[in-house]
Amino acid sequence: MNIGVIVFPGSNCDHDCIHVISSVLGQKATPVWHKETSLTGLDAIILPGGFSYGDYLRTGAIARFSPVMNAVKTFASEGGMVLGICNGFQILLEAGLLPGAMLRNKSLSFICKYVHVKVENAATPFTGLCESGQVLKIPIAHADGNYYTDPVTLAALQANAQIVFHYCTPEGKVTPEANPNGSLDNIAGIRNAEGNVLGLMPHPERCAEDILGNHDGQVIFLSMLDALKKAKLKAVVA
Amino acid sequence: MKQSAQPISKDLIAQHGLSDDEYKKVVEILGREPNFTELGIFSVMWSEHCSYKSSRVHLKKLPTTGPRVVQGPGENAGAVDIGDGLCAVFKMESHNHPSFIEPYQGAATGVGGILRDIFTMGARPIALLDSLRFGLLDHPKNRHLLKGVVAGISSYGNCMGVPTVGGEVVFNEIYANNPLVNVFCLGIAKKDRLFKGTAAGVGNPVLYVGSKTGRDGIHGATMASDSFDEASESKRPTVQVGDPFTEKLLLEACLELMETDLLVGIQDMGAAGLTSSSCEMASRAGNGLELDLTHVPRREPDMTPYELMLSESQERMLMVAKQGKEEDVLRICRKWDLDAAVVGRVTGDGILRVKDQGKVVAEIPAKSLAEDGPKYERPNTPPPYQEYLQALNLDALKEPKDYTATLLELLDAPTIASKRWVYQQYDHMVRTNSMVRPGSDAAVLRIKGTNKAVAITADCNGRYCVLHPYMGGMIAVAEAARNLICSGAEPIGLTDCLNFGNPERPEVMWQFILSVEGIADACQAFNVPVVSGNVSFYNETNGLNIYPTPILGMVGLIEEAEKAMTQWFKQAGDAIILLGATREDVGGTEYLRVVHHREQGEPPYLNLDTEKMLHACTLKLIRKGLVQSAHDCSDGGLAVALAECCMSDPAQPLGAVVRLTGYTIRRDALLFGESQSRIVLSVKADSADNVLRIAQDMGVPAAKIGTVGGERLVIDIEASKQASACRVDADLKTLLDKWGNSLERALSQA
Repeated sequence: MNIGVIVFPGSNCDHDCIHVISSVLGQKATPVWHKETSLTGLDAIILPGGFSYGDYLRTGAIARFSPVMNAVKTFASEGGMVLGICNGFQILLEAGLLPGAMLRNKSLSFICKYVHVKVENAATPFTGLCESGQVLKIPIAHADGNYYTDPVTLAALQANAQIVFHYCTPEGKVTPEANPNGSLDNIAGIRNAEGNVLGLMPHPERCAEDILGNHDGQVIFLSMLDALKKAKLKAVVA
Repeated sequence: MKQSAQPISKDLIAQHGLSDDEYKKVVEILGREPNFTELGIFSVMWSEHCSYKSSRVHLKKLPTTGPRVVQGPGENAGAVDIGDGLCAVFKMESHNHPSFIEPYQGAATGVGGILRDIFTMGARPIALLDSLRFGLLDHPKNRHLLKGVVAGISSYGNCMGVPTVGGEVVFNEIYANNPLVNVFCLGIAKKDRLFKGTAAGVGNPVLYVGSKTGRDGIHGATMASDSFDEASESKRPTVQVGDPFTEKLLLEACLELMETDLLVGIQDMGAAGLTSSSCEMASRAGNGLELDLTHVPRREPDMTPYELMLSESQERMLMVAKQGKEEDVLRICRKWDLDAAVVGRVTGDGILRVKDQGKVVAEIPAKSLAEDGPKYERPNTPPPYQEYLQALNLDALKEPKDYTATLLELLDAPTIASKRWVYQQYDHMVRTNSMVRPGSDAAVLRIKGTNKAVAITADCNGRYCVLHPYMGGMIAVAEAARNLICSGAEPIGLTDCLNFGNPERPEVMWQFILSVEGIADACQAFNVPVVSGNVSFYNETNGLNIYPTPILGMVGLIEEAEKAMTQWFKQAGDAIILLGATREDVGGTEYLRVVHHREQGEPPYLNLDTEKMLHACTLKLIRKGLVQSAHDCSDGGLAVALAECCMSDPAQPLGAVVRLTGYTIRRDALLFGESQSRIVLSVKADSADNVLRIAQDMGVPAAKIGTVGGERLVIDIEASKQASACRVDADLKTLLDKWGNSLERALSQA
């Protein structure tokens, strides 16, 4: 597989995603400069974390205008898998590929720590190898992860199983105490209605190796690869 | 100070911080009076901050060589060989004065500056540490400073994508009007691809890359070379404003340029900006350099040559490229949307010649600025109060009635308490190398592409240094090394950031000289070379000088990454072993300050040979796989160390039952004294005997003192002829609340 990792000016988790895909999982990872206009030859796209354009205006607000974002929109509309992590999630929100917006963390501070998330929907291409209800221990690192949307959209997200991850306790209980940033409904990650675009605030690429003490995040990337493999097989059979 | 051209008057010379003798030397070098721009250039280059005029003669005592040293002091950063064709590039710098005036920007640009020092060398920065000193948190100003500094570090480091993995925060009234902000950065570079700040090759083009030059930070270096008073707040315009986004672009552009064969030399524009980078690069190569300011990218019109040369605008680099390669360099800079321009060329006459609009505005021998500045062997005498400081009558000191309450009080003291509130605001995991994150004795980072890891730590106890500067300097080295050893690493190099008061005061100079000698002797004993460093003098406000605070950043190597060690207990049933001997060391302790409100006495005794044997033994035990956890005893002594072993596992706290027998010393000294050369180990129950035998064979005192497990920390001390029995007994929840939430509590005061 060949996974494209978009490099915006100010991206800083691009190397980490590339490391997991190539060095840990043995697949091809291709950095894609934000001024590119084509994504041909790539099987899936990751928008990595970081501070695109310094996040000086509003997180992700300038990156959505990068030339590559038109290509990302086309890629997604054709059913391609797009994963946005942290700043990548924020960019997907600003670009309208996912509904809602990010507010400043309730504490008003940057927070870097391990949290637990519950896999609410194991039927997405990003969580296919998870058990439904499985609890993953994954770190967050952001100042603007307080997800917000209007009640109608929230109801739609809930009705369509678009909320893929909730912040939870180590035992899997979704409680206010387990919510690190004030996020609406403890939302840690959502997908689009079609299911091929996912955004999440936690960083699965930071916990995908035993030497770092935890490989819970690997399952997200493995699920993506598994979904791609199945899709290719299906295409061959068809 | 007006920035337009002015006639050179006595007042103007004094405003520039040059003494009469120094000005005479300027006239002698030039063979004429300097013009206004030249006066400014001399004043920053000969400032204490840039010239090290008071410290240079003494810094020579530090050992700077060794088989691993690839680059010693004198470049932007030092470098040591870590094998696999790689070297660790590191340095520590202070940003004290700016952080007091404007904590957020002062600290942020401190981070920016040290990062540039590292990537200028061709190394990708992989970790930051911060050593901070503030006054007590019951004063709102100190809370404001702490919050501002942490937010500034967080904003800059996080945006850069370089993890801040540790450091230290110490609170003491002495830093109330002079906080310390020291930042350490470590990068990894290919050993044969290190870059230097050299303007070699006459005729080669000189390029300016990065942010545009503005009027910020003019005379920052001179400010950093002066004492403080009430008027210092008015110096806010001398504090630079950071732009981490541009720095991130500059980092990536520089590393991309360094992959090519286009550059001859490179240096960042830090203190004294365009001035220091140009004359230092020229001087190192024995060349001259001609700058044409007309081409310097600038933020506003009508900037004078004086302002352009002295601006400390951040995120700028000066590069010397190979002849004819200008366009290739500019192309890569444009890719990263950076301003870049050819602003001069290397000359063979040794002169720094500055032109503006076709007119020569300054002409000075480069070497005279970079190397021939004044050097002083300033007078030094011990302060008159030194004897009083060291006098401590233990007999007059009452022991606590309730040792559990005393332990809880110490755990609640912000200097000892958990720094979670601080490090949760730092991204400490980006780059996915952080094997041991903040909260253990040292941070450990794996080195991708190898089986190795590096451990890093920053340490200094300023109170020990004021009580006994020589011993304080030695202990700083010993403790840093001990922290690395506890992480399973062998110390391989050191950088120092020497924070002292006003060097024109003989007692400050006395403290400085002895501290440096202590550091030098300990480094010699441990075979740890000093490869880079920084001196910050004039940490004096309204006549009050800070404690001598030589903060050390030390780097250690772990050959097999998976053998990295952490400080917290791992498993119920494990045996707890104390390595090293406990003496009646109460002087200079945190216990004495918190409980008895005294900062007095002799600091703990240190014997370098004993310390070395402890290191060898601990490292051997860890490498043999016999150790489950290792934690050194420092602030708060054995009781605090044991409590930390119980509490600091981020996932799950574990209790312990400890029994101390056969001790005849005071109970407060046994529990809270800070005797050096001690490490608390936990080992599997069935390897305890083996561990004790190995320690004995290696000449290290060792005793099994307890067992891991349960929901409480219990320490029983048996009665002896001289002292009664006593007990510490607290449940983990209470301990965790005191220790874990102390900073939040202190900061939430209205």
